[in-house]
Amino acid sequence: MTDSPLRFRDDAPHEEPAVTLDAFLGQTNATAVRIEPGDDVRALLPHLGQLALIEVAFPAFRDGRGYSAARILREAGYTGELRAEGDVLVDQILPMRRCGFDSFAPRTEIDSATLKASLSRYEHVYQGAADGAVPVWKLRHGQSRP
Amino acid sequence: MYQYDTYDQSIVDSRVEEFRDQVQRRLSGEITEDQFKPLRLMNGLYLQLHAYMLRVAVPYGTLSGTQMHMLAHVARKYDRGYGHFTTRQNIQYNWIKLDEAPDILAELAKVEMHAIQTSGNCIRNISSDQFAGAAADEVADPCPWAELLRQWSTFHPEFTYLPRKFKIAVIAADEDRAAMRLHDIGIQLLRRDGQLGAKIFVGGGMGRTPMIGPEIKDFVTADDLMSYLEACLRVYNRYGRRDNIYKARIKILIHEIGATEYARQVEEEFTHVKTLGIDPPLAELERISAFFAPPAFDADAPDTLDRSDPDFAVWVDQNVRPHKQPGYAIVTISLKPTEGIPGDASADQIDVMADLGARYSFDELRVTHAQNIVLPHVRKADLYAVWQALDAAGLATANLDLIGDIIACPGLDYCALANARSIPVAQKIANRFADLQRQRDLGELKLKISGCINACGHHHAGHIGILGVDKKGIENYQLSLGGSGAEDASIAKITGPGFDEDGIVDAVETVTNVYLERREAGERFLDTYRRVGMEPFKVALYG
Repeated sequence: MTDSPLRFRDDAPHEEPAVTLDAFLGQTNATAVRIEPGDDVRALLPHLGQLALIEVAFPAFRDGRGYSAARILREAGYTGELRAEGDVLVDQILPMRRCGFDSFAPRTEIDSATLKASLSRYEHVYQGAADGAVPVWKLRHGQSRP
Repeated sequence: MYQYDTYDQSIVDSRVEEFRDQVQRRLSGEITEDQFKPLRLMNGLYLQLHAYMLRVAVPYGTLSGTQMHMLAHVARKYDRGYGHFTTRQNIQYNWIKLDEAPDILAELAKVEMHAIQTSGNCIRNISSDQFAGAAADEVADPCPWAELLRQWSTFHPEFTYLPRKFKIAVIAADEDRAAMRLHDIGIQLLRRDGQLGAKIFVGGGMGRTPMIGPEIKDFVTADDLMSYLEACLRVYNRYGRRDNIYKARIKILIHEIGATEYARQVEEEFTHVKTLGIDPPLAELERISAFFAPPAFDADAPDTLDRSDPDFAVWVDQNVRPHKQPGYAIVTISLKPTEGIPGDASADQIDVMADLGARYSFDELRVTHAQNIVLPHVRKADLYAVWQALDAAGLATANLDLIGDIIACPGLDYCALANARSIPVAQKIANRFADLQRQRDLGELKLKISGCINACGHHHAGHIGILGVDKKGIENYQLSLGGSGAEDASIAKITGPGFDEDGIVDAVETVTNVYLERREAGERFLDTYRRVGMEPFKVALYG
């Protein structure tokens, strides 16, 4: 599982199942939580230190709330595994990576060759996000690091 | 105007390659139509009644002669020899084949053009004032800001699956020539204590529930703008409705939680986002602004005009506007000939306009949200030659802002969403009022026609608005009066029961007659309506 093409982390995958947000906020020892599109992910901010896995649900790929949830978590300093789960299609993985997701549990299988091509296609990005890619405006003005 | 550097070009080229791959996977059946749909929409490719329609972006409505020639080439090679300029300053081609779409994008990329995000639930083309850089009343050229926002919004990873489409307009004058208040985000540049910044309006829009965007922030500086807009979009992405596509625009969110609460949430998010360092330095706006420096105007250009040709004089009076530089003028080319389709131009006509832009307007043209074309910087001494060339190409209709200058959506003839045909109604009205003298007597009269409730023809913002509906299988047209997309923004009001296709033409004539009877000195149709109210018009229409 550590060398799964859909996991972009070096550490061992987290074993504990993810509990719901309500359950997590009621428990003191859970280390994995699952966020639904309507959940306010900022409720987790005081607890990021105890979390090893946050799974963000994408019941329908058109519902883009999870992209904001991911960025908010990374902006708050969360360094654990951030997984996109559900209706995740290969063409969404790149923007999801940019928003800070580092593992993916798609409902339907993703072709790894298509994914590899997709992730390496864009050399440059226009805007800063959660992935540390340097936006072109920085390159234009002499900054090559995020 | 802006020119790509290697970074811009690399991004567009990669997109072409990506789209080619996506089309290939669609054609091979590797992905379903449902999975392919958002991907093709993000490249402006719609599936319409007869064929695919491709909407090519014209960022803030600005393009060069070379780019205009490319648009003609696409029309000729890949379509049926014409294109349609839209109410968002873009161009649409109605007869595209799916397997040729990647080639079209590849050709466009060679001249720094694309079809990125001209559809889909993402941030769309940033629109602006068609007189940017030429009008005397602007505090600064809004186009550099629009370019900055184009880059910020292109492939923005967080805002790729918004609840609904998102439209932003930037202007820089008190006179609103871009319907800014009717956008999801409207931005007006202004100066405060000598510093250039922006006033932000959020929650305007047309569609089923037209709304005028309330002011959310009175002043944002250039180096805070990106963070502020990021906050605006993030609040929308998180809290915009996703349960009902007719209630999913940001205007509904603002209507439901109130502008004050929305502004508060944005401010909170902005305080956080500002710490992330996503705002480019002022040096980036300056870099972009250098591309928009005023052209090399001839300071000695003669300011007089020989008006001895009466047809030329009529055209000058109607279609030519003052330029901030003495000796120059702003030309609007009307794409609303009486017998034509509003906003359409043939490939040959597009080539003529491209040549005129290159030769007489410092190689710059604009598309207006009223579906016309502007040559922003023409020497007065060249106006006659320009007019003669336009006249020879059937492009010299002198009806700018008159009743013949109709905004109309493509309607049921082309669009899968439409309930009624809008083009024949536009043509019948244009014919009824074909007499130019009659049009000039009526004066400024913005007539807008939509073929369905989605309001792509902006009928809510028409001095006279017409909405085509389907009434038990028969086309029916509702008449509304008193809308405005200018700085005096207002939503038009329905007069009463609708009319059939001939009835609506008579109804339009009836209301213009009421105006002629009732008007006082200096009043436009809109002014008379605002003074006398709906009652006299209702009485004339319905008895």
